[in-house]
Amino acid sequence: MRRFSLRVFDALVLLWLVVTFTFALIHLAPGDPATLLVAPTATADEAARLRAQLGLDAALPVQYVRWVGGVLRGDLGESLTRAMPVTRVIAEALPVSLFLGGVSVLLTFVVGTLLGVWQALRARRLVDRVLSVLGTVLYSAPSFWLALALVTVFTSGMVWLEAPAWLRLPAFGMQDPGAAVPSWGDRWRHAVLPLIVLSVPGIAGVTRYARQSFRDAALAPHVTSAVARGLPTPRVEWHHIVRNALTPLVVLFGLTLPGVIAGSVFVEQVFAWPGLGRTMITAIAGRDYPVVLGLTLVYAAAVILSNLLADVLLWWLDPRQRDARPA
Amino acid sequence: MDSRVVFGAVVLSLMVVLAVVVPWFAPATTTDIGDVLATRLVSPFGRDSLGHWHVLGTDAFGRDLFVRLWVGARISLAVAVAGSALSGAIGIALGAVAGWSGGWIDRIIASAGDALLAIPRLVLLLVIAALWGPGLWVVIVVLGLTGWMAVMRLVRAEVQVVRGLSYVEGADALGVPSPRVLARHVLPNAVGSATVAITLGIGNAIVLESGLSFLGLGVQPPTASWGNMIAGGREWLLTAPWIALAPGVLLIATVVACTMLGEGLSEQRASRARSTEPQPDDVSADRQVHAGA
Repeated sequence: MRRFSLRVFDALVLLWLVVTFTFALIHLAPGDPATLLVAPTATADEAARLRAQLGLDAALPVQYVRWVGGVLRGDLGESLTRAMPVTRVIAEALPVSLFLGGVSVLLTFVVGTLLGVWQALRARRLVDRVLSVLGTVLYSAPSFWLALALVTVFTSGMVWLEAPAWLRLPAFGMQDPGAAVPSWGDRWRHAVLPLIVLSVPGIAGVTRYARQSFRDAALAPHVTSAVARGLPTPRVEWHHIVRNALTPLVVLFGLTLPGVIAGSVFVEQVFAWPGLGRTMITAIAGRDYPVVLGLTLVYAAAVILSNLLADVLLWWLDPRQRDARPA
Repeated sequence: MDSRVVFGAVVLSLMVVLAVVVPWFAPATTTDIGDVLATRLVSPFGRDSLGHWHVLGTDAFGRDLFVRLWVGARISLAVAVAGSALSGAIGIALGAVAGWSGGWIDRIIASAGDALLAIPRLVLLLVIAALWGPGLWVVIVVLGLTGWMAVMRLVRAEVQVVRGLSYVEGADALGVPSPRVLARHVLPNAVGSATVAITLGIGNAIVLESGLSFLGLGVQPPTASWGNMIAGGREWLLTAPWIALAPGVLLIATVVACTMLGEGLSEQRASRARSTEPQPDDVSADRQVHAGA
């Protein structure tokens, strides 16, 4: 329990560091947001009024305290380009990203683990080698390129191949433009390509990890002993190997999230899904600093929380971790 | 010699040679924008209406795609190598200081690294590139500033181990000044694992640079980089898909080569170390953190 509370404390300190860091970033950047906002024809008086209105005239420590206080109250400021609080901008985009990210993480772990175990059982055979190479290639592919390649294949490519109509997938958007009532069937059809692009690098990573983890677990002495006792192979595989091999995968949960977040920036951009990633790009293009910083914080919090969750899960799943000395 | 090391080294050397040689020998008609209407959007293995032959076709401005790929390779490879070298230097310096001095300096450096790792690297890059304005040098500096954490951790761990060994104590007792002990007796031990991490980092850096350039926040056209070539070809995806897809193939080949080289080197070191001393950290674990682009 002591170890657990230490972890929570670490996570809080980390969050505070990130909050401070985002504040430092915006004040280290050249120029100040007010000069970007006022019209070129504005008088010095008007510019000063805007600075006061945005709280930019106060001393840096005062601004810092205001920023941290705001974050604690759940107030991330006003969007500069859209007349609404940053929290509302984020809340509007969040469901789209949660849908894409959630389904993708689920796919990543289920498909990745199954493929990894399947591959480990065929280690050193031709399928294993082919899958390993394919995995390395897909893991290395930038998601925006993968997205464009898939769009080419499933739009003009399928027309060229004279494939049946259901194989021609929509290249962008969340639903058909003409649809009056959004239907889930239509939504899923539009989600196929984004989900593939978002999940494939993660699947490649988890497969690789699961394969190795399974192979390591298979070499443990208790497995040799189980085989020597004459237990049937499937029983050894499931009871003695898989259970031990899967626990380390929990750690990956925290590690895949940054990839999914980064991937979603490109996927939402290419496929025009109005989620957090696309909001980020729009805010950057519009120099909407409060939204950019708010999103950075949300992303960091998500990563820190998922790492904490992975720690707790590991602690709960693997009794050996409970006796380990606090890191 | 690990076959992966050979493969990676051969592919990367080939890339560098072609990036140097191809634009050098290419006639000006292939790189400059000339008679756009006569030369644009030629398909692979096709001839434009001036009679010139193009292996991979031409882009929307009539530039030969094959030649432009290697012009772009110069920028993409140089940015990634420079960015990784910078992050490697920062990582080695901070790791050495943290591991050597311990105490609160160590804690500050380690927590700064943790805080930066908590923000997805792409998001960090986007934010900084957006605040400072896009451009070649910004990309290099930003890649350097956001990629040093893995190297720092490795070097720090290695320095902590070596610091306690008797020959270091001996050098200390003989009155050798600390910076000299650090530079001559401690750091050479950490160079190997740092090199592996930096090699793996080059692959990451190429993907990130291309991602930034794809979003218009990295290398700006008309300077060619693989990322902005993919972005430029996006508009012609349905009529001339080769423009957007060809740079990606080279990009993937480069990243795979870096990964193979890094992993091969790391395994060589691990198997060599198994007979001498335990490794402080495993580089391949860091690879699991996806570059994210």
